[in-house]
Amino acid sequence: MPTNAPTAALKDVTSSGSTLRRFLHGLPGVDAVGLEARAASLGTRSIKTTAKAYAIDLAISMVDLTTLEGADTPGKVRALGAKAVRPDPTDRTTPTTAAVCVYPDMVTVAKEAVAGSGVKVASVATAFPAGRAALPVKLADVRDAVAAGADEIDMVIDRGAFLAGNYLKVYEEIAAVREACGATRLKVIFETGELSTYDNIRRASWLGMLAGADFIKTSTGKVAVNATPANTLLMLEAVRDFRAQTGVQVGVKPAGGIRTSKDAIKFLVLVNETAGPDWLDNHWFRFGASSLLNDLLMQRQKLATGRYSGPDYVTVD
Amino acid sequence: MSERTNERLTVFKTYKLYVGGKFPRSESGRVYEVTDSKGNWLANAPQSSRKDARDAVVAARKAFGGWSGATAYNRGQILYRVAEMLEGRRDQFVREVGEAEGLGKSKAAAVVDATIDRWVWYAGWTDKIAQVVGGGNPVAGPYFNLSSPEPTGVVAVLAPQESSFLGLVSVLAPVIATGNTAVVIASENSPLPALSLGEVLATSDVPGGVVNVLSGRTAEIAAPLAAHQDVNAIDLAGADEVLAKELEIAAADNLKRVLRPQPVDDWSATPGIDRMTAFLETKTVWHPTGSLGASGSAY
Repeated sequence: MPTNAPTAALKDVTSSGSTLRRFLHGLPGVDAVGLEARAASLGTRSIKTTAKAYAIDLAISMVDLTTLEGADTPGKVRALGAKAVRPDPTDRTTPTTAAVCVYPDMVTVAKEAVAGSGVKVASVATAFPAGRAALPVKLADVRDAVAAGADEIDMVIDRGAFLAGNYLKVYEEIAAVREACGATRLKVIFETGELSTYDNIRRASWLGMLAGADFIKTSTGKVAVNATPANTLLMLEAVRDFRAQTGVQVGVKPAGGIRTSKDAIKFLVLVNETAGPDWLDNHWFRFGASSLLNDLLMQRQKLATGRYSGPDYVTVD
Repeated sequence: MSERTNERLTVFKTYKLYVGGKFPRSESGRVYEVTDSKGNWLANAPQSSRKDARDAVVAARKAFGGWSGATAYNRGQILYRVAEMLEGRRDQFVREVGEAEGLGKSKAAAVVDATIDRWVWYAGWTDKIAQVVGGGNPVAGPYFNLSSPEPTGVVAVLAPQESSFLGLVSVLAPVIATGNTAVVIASENSPLPALSLGEVLATSDVPGGVVNVLSGRTAEIAAPLAAHQDVNAIDLAGADEVLAKELEIAAADNLKRVLRPQPVDDWSATPGIDRMTAFLETKTVWHPTGSLGASGSAY
């Protein structure tokens, strides 16, 4: 059982491909039915009134406002930056979002747009979203984004190598990117929708954390299955166990497919009940989303005014 | 065995809401007793809450793009199809209207016939209203100036309290004929014909969400609809004077179009086009004629 393994043992597991494989395959198997039932039952919690107001503000402050389209223009990124800084211009008590998330070539534009606000700029890198490029290309991508001033880097793992069982290659790649990032925080995207099984998600989580990820992130938002309560719950368990074992706290970022306040609040319940309140902070938990923010703002307006709001009262992105 | 065949168990009908093309119970789980005009129990109807109203608005907003974008001809075909389905369920509606309004069979039949005719009448208007209220405007310049009616959006409709079926259709059909989508609050005391109309709409090519039928306490459901920022207009036909005033104040917040209750003595009278134009906006576009450039040629 890895949860009982001494910390020193974790140093050794990455010494060779076979020890790493032995460690990852030695992780306990995931009870898929139990996991989904647990995620579903936590989703039935009723969060109302002041708790809801708190949860909505917390969720807004955790949003990584994202635009990752081929059609992104500097104007669109500036608009997004303005929205991240002041999500609801009619209500100055609204918190800022945690970050804006853009492609590397848009980092400079995004930095200018959020300058002085405390909103961070995250950049995807390493041949996002497929991750199908040679390591030097990926590292150049990362260095480029860091040089442009990105505060956070969202990298994708090489799912092909992972699924082929070449864990050491994935590990070394993450470690190399980690090094290229320097002081910049690194989020590692697993693309859980392509990992096929919950066991693989658990292995990828540990692999990412061993390699030095500051955040583990579910998905790119570019495939059919993105963040689900179940796979996020699984990753939350992994970061909890990892901290218990090593003392190192790692953040979690579900991304893609979270569109309503209701969903967001369900995720916050998962965080609180699984990893604990230490993670209820935008330093340790984020939502990768774009349309979610509008729904959170509409819910916030509903709580403030008592009447249901509509899409005419938030920005069109 | 032969004795038993006569003791068939009664199959009671569960009346449900019609929201987004589906038949949900009220989110609140509540029902209320519906009685006939003499006070005898007829059925339990769902007693909608404000959250049902919210869900209905979401469904109506989602359906608006497709319905308002459909050709007027297509909308006419679909509405005519509704009339066909109503005709097929004529006996059921005659019974429900008779019970709800305390009418004898022949009078109830006359009401149902008038209702179906009303529906056909509005189905015919879908591709004609633009010619009547739109058109080309003469302007002092080398431009075409064209006005065309556009649907307002999501319309909340408080159906008349007394006329449970003819009155309902007389306020609902003009709203959707022109491309709006509707959230209808059925008559509080006699909601059954309205809930059955939902079943008709579900089987007649009307896209889900175009019409959403809620039953319950009119005042309770109407208040959040009147204040809702994503509802574009409200028809107060089923509100009494006090409620209408309250709702009009709530509706002022987002400049909703409000159609005040107007006394109607006889719902079977020819309605005219006022109920359609009440929920239409006029879009006017200027377009160069291209025939009178500075050089005297088009280009």
